[in-house]
Amino acid sequence: MSITVQTPTDTTIVMSRSFTAPRELVYAAHTQAEHLRHWWGRGNPLDVELDFTVGGKWRFVEHADGREHPFRGEVREIDPPNGFTWTFEYEPMAGHVAVEKFVFTESGGVTTVTCTSTFSSPDDRDGMLKSGMEVGAEESYRALDAHLEKIKQG
Amino acid sequence: MTADPIDGVFAALADPTRRAILARLATGDATAGEVAAGFPISPQAISKHLNVLEAAGLIARTREAQWRRCSIVPAPLRAVAEWAEQYRRLWEQRYDTLDTYLEHLQEES
Repeated sequence: MSITVQTPTDTTIVMSRSFTAPRELVYAAHTQAEHLRHWWGRGNPLDVELDFTVGGKWRFVEHADGREHPFRGEVREIDPPNGFTWTFEYEPMAGHVAVEKFVFTESGGVTTVTCTSTFSSPDDRDGMLKSGMEVGAEESYRALDAHLEKIKQG
Repeated sequence: MTADPIDGVFAALADPTRRAILARLATGDATAGEVAAGFPISPQAISKHLNVLEAAGLIARTREAQWRRCSIVPAPLRAVAEWAEQYRRLWEQRYDTLDTYLEHLQEES
C-alpha cells in the first residue's frame, strides 16, 4: 500500500497510509518503545526513550552511516486507539517545532493512519525540510535490508 | 529575512480557480482572453488571478503585438513538489518498514 502526502496549506502537511493489521496493533506500534525501535529508524538502529503519558517526553536517536540523528518531543494528547498528538523537533534544528496529530481508523481489517503535521511558521517548516534532507541523504538501504534479513531468519 | 518564495506559491495555489488556470496553461500558452473563455467568471476576475500567479512567479507574460501571452514557469512548482516529496520519501521508508514488521508480528501470533 502506498503513502499519500498532501500540502493543504503552507504550514500543514498531511500523510496517510494503510496497513493490513488491526487498529490496536498499529496504534501500539506507534506508541510503545519496544515496537518503535523496529521500524521508526527505517532499518537503522534506533534508541527510543518514551514516556507515553500526557506531558511525557520522547527522544529517538537514529544511527545512520556512523552519525546520530536525534529527534525529540512531548506528548500532548492520548486517545487510544483513536489517536494521539505529540510535538516533534529535530535536535540539530532545535526550536523548529511541529505538532504531529496521528489518527487511526479501521475498516475491514485494514487500519489507516493519517498524520497531520502543523508547523507554527513557514520558517519552522523549512527547518524541518532541512532535517528531512539531511536524514534522507543518509538513508541506508543496506541497514534496512539487514533488518529484513534478520526478521526472515528470526 | 527575505520572504520565502515558496510561501507565495502556496498562497497562489490555494485557490481552485488559479489551479485550474495553471492546468489550462500546462496544455499550452494562451492569452488572458483565451484563458477566460474556459471559465464561468468575468475576464476581470481572471485578470486578477493571472496577476497573483505572475507575482508568485508561477506564470510569465510576454507581449506579442497587442496580445500578452501567458505561460507556465515550472521551477516554483517543483520547489513545492520537492518539499512534499522529501517528506513522503522519509515516511514511505518508515512505513514500509512498519508494514513488514506488522506482518512479522501477526505471523508470530
